[in-house]
Amino acid sequence: MAAEMLSYIERKSPIHDLSGVTKLIIFLMWSTAAMLTYDTRVLLFLLVMSITVFIISKISIRDIAFVLIFILSFLLLNNIAIYIFSPQEGVKIYGTSHVLFEIAGRYNVTLEQLFYQLNITLKYFVVIPAALLFIVTTHPSEFAASLNRIGINYKIAFSVSLALRYIPDIQRDFRTIAQSQQARGIDLSGNEKLLKRAKNATSIIMPLILSSLDRIEVISNALELRGFGKNKKRTWYSAKQLKRADYITVLMGGIILIVSLVITFHDGSRFYNPFN
Amino acid sequence: MGKISIKTIVAIGIGAAVFVILARFVALPTGIPNTTIQTAYAFLALMAVVFGPIAGGLIGFIGHTLTDATAYGSVWWSWVFVSLFIGFFIGLVANKINIDSGILGAKQIITFNIIQAIVQAIGWGLLAPALDVLIYAEPANKVFVQGAVAGISNIITVGVIGTILLIAYAKTRSQSNSLSKE
Amino acid sequence: MKKPIIEFSNFTFKYRSQTEPTLVDINLKIYEGEKVLIVGPSGSGKSTLAHCINGLVPFSYKGDIHGSLLIKDKESKDMDIFSISKLVGTVLQDPDGQFIGLSVGEDIAFALENDEVSQEHMTRQVVDVSKLVGMEENIESSIHQLSGGQKQRVSLGGVMVDQVDILLFDEPLANLDPATGKLAISLIDRVQKETDTTVIIIEHRLEDVLHSDVDRIIVVDDGRIVSDSTPDELLSSTVLESSDIREPLYIKALKYAGCAITAEMNPSHLNTLKLDDCKNKLIQWFEATTQNEINEKASPILVLEDVTFGYEQSKNNIHNISFSVNKGEMVSIVGKNGAGKSTLSKLICGFEKVKSGRILFNGEDITKDTIHERSQRIGMVMQNPNQMISKHMIVDEVALGLVMRGVPENEIKERVEKTLKVCGLYPFRNWPISALSFGQKKRVTIASILVLNPEVLILDEPTAGQDFRHYTEIMEFLVELNHNGVTIIMITHDMHLMLEYTPHAIAITDGRIIADSSAVDVITNDTVIEKANLKKTSLFDLAVKAGIGNPKEFVTRFISFDKEVRKNGSGNAFIY
Repeated sequence: MAAEMLSYIERKSPIHDLSGVTKLIIFLMWSTAAMLTYDTRVLLFLLVMSITVFIISKISIRDIAFVLIFILSFLLLNNIAIYIFSPQEGVKIYGTSHVLFEIAGRYNVTLEQLFYQLNITLKYFVVIPAALLFIVTTHPSEFAASLNRIGINYKIAFSVSLALRYIPDIQRDFRTIAQSQQARGIDLSGNEKLLKRAKNATSIIMPLILSSLDRIEVISNALELRGFGKNKKRTWYSAKQLKRADYITVLMGGIILIVSLVITFHDGSRFYNPFN
Repeated sequence: MGKISIKTIVAIGIGAAVFVILARFVALPTGIPNTTIQTAYAFLALMAVVFGPIAGGLIGFIGHTLTDATAYGSVWWSWVFVSLFIGFFIGLVANKINIDSGILGAKQIITFNIIQAIVQAIGWGLLAPALDVLIYAEPANKVFVQGAVAGISNIITVGVIGTILLIAYAKTRSQSNSLSKE
Repeated sequence: MKKPIIEFSNFTFKYRSQTEPTLVDINLKIYEGEKVLIVGPSGSGKSTLAHCINGLVPFSYKGDIHGSLLIKDKESKDMDIFSISKLVGTVLQDPDGQFIGLSVGEDIAFALENDEVSQEHMTRQVVDVSKLVGMEENIESSIHQLSGGQKQRVSLGGVMVDQVDILLFDEPLANLDPATGKLAISLIDRVQKETDTTVIIIEHRLEDVLHSDVDRIIVVDDGRIVSDSTPDELLSSTVLESSDIREPLYIKALKYAGCAITAEMNPSHLNTLKLDDCKNKLIQWFEATTQNEINEKASPILVLEDVTFGYEQSKNNIHNISFSVNKGEMVSIVGKNGAGKSTLSKLICGFEKVKSGRILFNGEDITKDTIHERSQRIGMVMQNPNQMISKHMIVDEVALGLVMRGVPENEIKERVEKTLKVCGLYPFRNWPISALSFGQKKRVTIASILVLNPEVLILDEPTAGQDFRHYTEIMEFLVELNHNGVTIIMITHDMHLMLEYTPHAIAITDGRIIADSSAVDVITNDTVIEKANLKKTSLFDLAVKAGIGNPKEFVTRFISFDKEVRKNGSGNAFIY
């Protein structure tokens, strides 16, 4: 039950000062670049940039350690899974096979496979700091305004802000419900048979749903009474004004995205092949 | 898009918040490594049936994005997209089932389960792995096996828990003016 | 004469889903700058009346309207909810539902955002309004750092920012501790005087609202207006008793003493009340009444020794708490919002694990017992019944805990039926829970715990949101359980409840016990009252005013007399 939630971390840094819109655009461009490219040189460059920005943000590793451990163990498992399912994927992509040593059957270790898996891991590593930074340096109040600014319907943007506003409340509801049901003997741990456990889960989910439906009713009334949705547009109290730093950042982000795509695709393949 | 009611907007926001909590805290271990029963999808199916496709799709999308973001600090877009897809397409049967009438017969339950099974089979079995191959160039056989496992477990979850939730919800909507004390 | 700003004429409203109209033939004028209190029992239609004024009826809740409702000379059903919301600002009962922003400033600005006000203007207006409601220091604060009272201030700010003509408060006191409630009423009073708005308050806690002056009180019962008069007139009539609304305690004491209450006595305020010859009657009554409580010594059933706890490693929420509850007692735990009362009950039930200290049950150390083991002895009923109910039918819900424990079927049936009878739910046993009222649902949750035969029952705010009739029903039911041997611990904000029903009270502030004594001691001790955000009972002040030498004893005798009266039915109320 002690699972932590990643959220905004208050610091004074140039990254925090940027508008949420800027960070959102950069995050989207960064993700696009990292998704499309498989060029090791580009990935390494992006990784260095990511880490630099991370240091500027004054967020320390300690702040996000629990997430990092999660991600690292995920990457480790993922790498093992890739190798088990497809030990020759690298050979297939790069077209050569430099065998380092044999294990058994089709399981050997080739330079190509190692290089391929290094690239996959790099791809994740490039996105992670950007995503993390977006989450921990953008004040949740600014989320909705930023989404609206990049063209998303303001009502939908607002629903994101509602979700962020009510996650802690619903977490508290959930805890209360789970505890009181446990006191009546409802058990979700592994001691019960699966079907029984699924049924038990519904005795916790159902009250949570019903009380959330009540909540939806109350909040809808409150929104309506305060004039939400009357106009085609709305302004945002928490929106940050765009400053020079924002324009420069977006411009730089755009250049990096274009350059990395050009480098990646100019030879017709998204893979950088050092073996030819 | 301008015509979405305020109630739907609130349902999306609150629904996404509940999705996050269920995904984080009510994932039941099955005994098979790395496979859990994600009760959040049973909830998503219910919300989609009650509030329709737009709410369903967006609860899936926003809920899954926030779950990833708050737990891992990054977002796996390929799988997030599948949550949107599932919420939206299950929501399309909302009119057929009309759960707020309080009547949920065998016919509606079967319709719901056929649709949810098809939608999830396509979503987890085809879309998610295809996107993984496209974006991350992961080995095809690995992601298809992952997708199949997730698909089967989620189809069963929605089939069992989702159906129970639908029935329970429908009962709360039923007319109760024929009651007498005994 | 001032101009009417709200005018109901022959107004009838029926919800689309119901067969009978909820409001019948309402004729009511509310004038500009007036402060009007609307009272009535649950289900009387007072909330529907409020919804008509703010436009939720008929724009969100559909139905049929006959007659007319003018708001500022415009027919309300011809307007839309947005233009009504420019005239009428509503502060809802549940601050967590109303407070939709993530920070104070953001929430106050909400209505401005929807009006596309520029950021610059918004910032200025937010500062102005936050000064008005006394939140200027907290504009940046996040919602989760605020207390219940502060949230309500922000909610008020959020509607004030629109410069509305009418402010409508829907049960503003429901979630507040007594002292904070008093502050809220003063704030409403101040804001009205500063801005010259019309104020309408819907509330059933009459005595608490009367802390500040109101011009008129409207009593609604069964969909009709049964009284429309000044507070003084109302308190000297018999309308309150017949409409199940609780009279202020000092009025009740005066009636017990045989005083006839007239409007000329200014009964709406204890300060302005003219006692005259009532003084002697009160003194006579005081001397003639005796306390017939027999304090029997019982053995402790639940003992906490030096219990310390914190949700985080570095910070403690509960500090070295020790107390003891005897078998067969009825105890209340009181204190301000967030003082640690609920946390304490969770520690007793094992929902949270103590950091240090011991919990003893019948002398046996249960500190290490699991939730499940403790639940065999200690039952916990949550404040919100919707957080406990997971089954469709009453019988299934009550049986759930037994089914989970693997009790044989015939025994389940027998125990469930017995419990349902005790709880007065037997006639409804095959009803769906969704058809029950809030108070009945509460009974279902009590039954579902009671069926497990706990020796100690802990209830979190058992009467929150209940009108006087339901309050009395629930409390009398708990008293009956108590007589059958169940020890009862209640967490409450309700000073009446504590005084009337629990001889023993424990007051908590900031995770520490500041008083552990008789309820009368707690509620007459100024230091404790201030530290724990409680409110002194008006009985005490009445006794002081009448010149009774021992006001504390007066309170004690009143309570014991009142208990006798209730036991014998209200018919004997005036005989002494």
